[in-house]
Amino acid sequence: MAEKPNMAEGMLIDYSYCTGCHSCEISCKQRFDLPSERQGIKIHKHGPIQNPDGSWELNYIPIPTEVCNLCADRRAEGKKARCEQHCQSFVIKVGPLDELVKLMSDHKKQVLYNVTSDKTLYEPQF
Amino acid sequence: MSNWHWQEGEYEVVRTCTWSPPGEHPVGWSLLLYIKDGKLHHVEGDPKNPLTQGRVSAKFLELPEYNNSPERIIYPMKRDPKYRGDGSKWERITWDEAYDIICKKTRQVQKDYGPESIMTFIGTGRDLWHTVPKITFSAFESPNFNYPHNGWSCYGPRSSICVYVLGAGYPELDYATAFPEKRYDDPNYTLSKVALIVGKNPLVSNPDGLFGHAIVDMLKRGTELIVVDPRVTWLASRAKFFLQLRPGTDAALFLSMCNVIIDEDLYDHEFCENWVYGFNEFAERCREYPPSLAAKITGVDEELIKATARYWAIEKPGSMTWGLAIDQKCNGIQTAHVVLLFCAIVGNLDVPGGVLLGGSDREAPTSWWGWDELDDSIKAKRIGAAEYPAVSTACSTTQPDMAMDAIATDKPYPIKMTFTMSSNPIACPAAQPEWVSKVMQRPDLNVFADLVMTPSCASYGDLFLPVASSGEKDGLVATHYGALTLFVAALVKGVQTGECKSDDEIMLDLGWRLNPSKFPWKSLHEFLTWELNGYGVEGTWEDLRDSETGFVTPAYEYEKYAYGLQTWNGEPGFGTPSGMVEAYCQRFKDWGDDPMPYYEEPPYSPVSTPDLFEKYPFVMTTGARSWSYFHSEQRHISDLRDMDPWPKVQMNPEDAERLGLHDKQWVWVENMLGKCREMLDVTPIVKPGVIMAKHGWWYPEKGPDDTGHGPFGVFDANINNLMPHDKFGKLGFGTPFKCMIANVYAAEGGPDFEAGWPKENNYLDFQKAEK
Ligand code: SF4
Ligand code: SF4
Repeated sequence: MAEKPNMAEGMLIDYSYCTGCHSCEISCKQRFDLPSERQGIKIHKHGPIQNPDGSWELNYIPIPTEVCNLCADRRAEGKKARCEQHCQSFVIKVGPLDELVKLMSDHKKQVLYNVTSDKTLYEPQF
Repeated sequence: MSNWHWQEGEYEVVRTCTWSPPGEHPVGWSLLLYIKDGKLHHVEGDPKNPLTQGRVSAKFLELPEYNNSPERIIYPMKRDPKYRGDGSKWERITWDEAYDIICKKTRQVQKDYGPESIMTFIGTGRDLWHTVPKITFSAFESPNFNYPHNGWSCYGPRSSICVYVLGAGYPELDYATAFPEKRYDDPNYTLSKVALIVGKNPLVSNPDGLFGHAIVDMLKRGTELIVVDPRVTWLASRAKFFLQLRPGTDAALFLSMCNVIIDEDLYDHEFCENWVYGFNEFAERCREYPPSLAAKITGVDEELIKATARYWAIEKPGSMTWGLAIDQKCNGIQTAHVVLLFCAIVGNLDVPGGVLLGGSDREAPTSWWGWDELDDSIKAKRIGAAEYPAVSTACSTTQPDMAMDAIATDKPYPIKMTFTMSSNPIACPAAQPEWVSKVMQRPDLNVFADLVMTPSCASYGDLFLPVASSGEKDGLVATHYGALTLFVAALVKGVQTGECKSDDEIMLDLGWRLNPSKFPWKSLHEFLTWELNGYGVEGTWEDLRDSETGFVTPAYEYEKYAYGLQTWNGEPGFGTPSGMVEAYCQRFKDWGDDPMPYYEEPPYSPVSTPDLFEKYPFVMTTGARSWSYFHSEQRHISDLRDMDPWPKVQMNPEDAERLGLHDKQWVWVENMLGKCREMLDVTPIVKPGVIMAKHGWWYPEKGPDDTGHGPFGVFDANINNLMPHDKFGKLGFGTPFKCMIANVYAAEGGPDFEAGWPKENNYLDFQKAEK
């Protein structure tokens, strides 16, 4: 059975360095063996758009869906969340909200998600 | 507990590292293979890998899907040559039968025509750049080892120019590979102040062993970026200086930046006086390229050119990594030359945090492996070698355009048999693919070693040897094909799929049958140990596999030129005829080109062909990489295809609006040489007037038989329909894949819905029977 996520936990994304590499998406998709149209975490893109000072803005921001259970089952076994493990830029951290919130003051462009769902939509396969 | 093999609940776990297949450069993703019921179930990244540290690309996370795909060919098979093009005529055979066919034909060709009438074909980036040459030179005893990419437009030019100008192995970014414990935090590592990224999107491509996201690691620690690219890539959006140039004009840009550095006296006097040959002549040459002129040619702002040059000269150390865009132009050799000089004149070569260089201590098996033992009379027959010494001096191959011409014309002699290992010429590297597919009907026997049926094998293959993938074979991975070894790691077999064999096993089997004295190893493991020792790592392959991480990073020596480690005779200096970095390269002059870098317009461009440009009014670059695919591979892996379902051509919104075209509509991309159909991607990633079209496309779902679009729809989808055969730089290198011209207009249908193409693809049922 899927472990229920803990309401005091969440996911921090440092999107200044998210490159849109899709490793998080595939990691989660495989974990729940999701059908083609479903995602456990989905990257959203903004840009490229040129700023008035000539610089370019391009953001990728992953958003966990209601499929995500913060890898409670994996983490109970001492493993990292699967998306966090494979993220090519090390920009995902899953853990207690109070610890994650402290990391946010470090630099710009971070976003903190709390639990997305209290239902079990799909059973994790591994 | 074993370091590489254990049980975890219901899973057997095997630790491996990876190269290819699936197609990939030697990044060395370390993976834990989770195996259930003898099949690869899923993979996890291995955090013990000091470089990737457990990170894994989408492509390698999909390894189970790739390895277990119903499209895999897992038994050897043959087809009577008279049925080429007919997917229903393949028959399953045994390995012995397959090898007997190859050996019999080899002996017949050797006897009736000479061994030179056998030609091998290879694909880019893979773990067989020692394997295929060895098969060619030692098993077939032919001098014709061919990389079928026109103008040898990938890696070869860049690595050759390093030999000619620096006498060194390939240059690379300094991303702390030599410090496996603490990496960037090691007190002996110097973080680059600035990293120059030219014509490359390494986050996606992980080229030649560079783990692209290492640049993100460096960015986080404060490295600033200079990005030279026609597109606003992610790295460009994070760059301090982004030079968005017109495709194909890099040499003008770098000549003018060198001009600023020399003119404003910002160069490293000591280095230039001691180590740069022809510096004064080069300074003169640069004066011909003031930033105002370069701005006009490249479309990059003049002040930005100056500011970038000053920053590069002042903020040190600076590192550099350069991409395929350097090679895919007729002006590529000169571009590579001036980029290296741009690094050299400010003193960034081989210093800590600067540009790493391969030394002179290379013993690893390379693409020359087996060449020396050929008879001189055979060596002399290598196609294109005499005509293009700049190719044949540093590369062990043919000149690829001439090789295809030889097959087409029987001149200088006929090619009767070909052997293709992991290359898909008519879907990927070859210009004018329809013509190539006709030319390739001429040899009597075409052998393919691959993992799935490709358009090329469907069109002209007679024999199919099924190849093992990562996770299915024992082997080795090392960066830069032996030219700059930043790490070596063990590939470990976890499962056997069908009767697949690794490329190395096929090499040994063929060698043992055809010419055993040149293949003295008794087993694969004995061979792998020999190869490992060639990379300078002691012990056996099994020792490496059993070690704690299965991964070694040899120590790196900086400033080798100062200590006699960059020359073959142990003298200080560089391994060139002058012993210096050659700004003035006598060899280029001897070979009929200018000894110094210069800018030349692409052969088709708004400037060189204004009349054609009126009809084909976009400057077109091709070949940007995808997170889903390695060149022409992986279109049959559904999770990857979902991320990038169709070939796309990127166009600026201004142009789309002007032409009345909209996002996601099917369009024809066309020029004087041909056309193909792609889906429009309207995006400001390119400037108005520039388009970028994806390469390597075919549709596995469409079936192997030609229904008017070529096998698997390849001639509908392949951008190389628009590329020229026989158009490359003076020295034999560089076809303008990255700087062509084209027009774009609406297409009536598209491969996603057009009727008449088969949907199901059940032609090789016998391959699936025992899965
Ligand atoms: S934390 Fe686990 S469940 Fe949530 S998105 Fe990441 S991989 Fe999926
Ligand atoms: S894996 Fe990391 S870098 Fe890649 S898309 Fe997901 S969050 Fe971004």
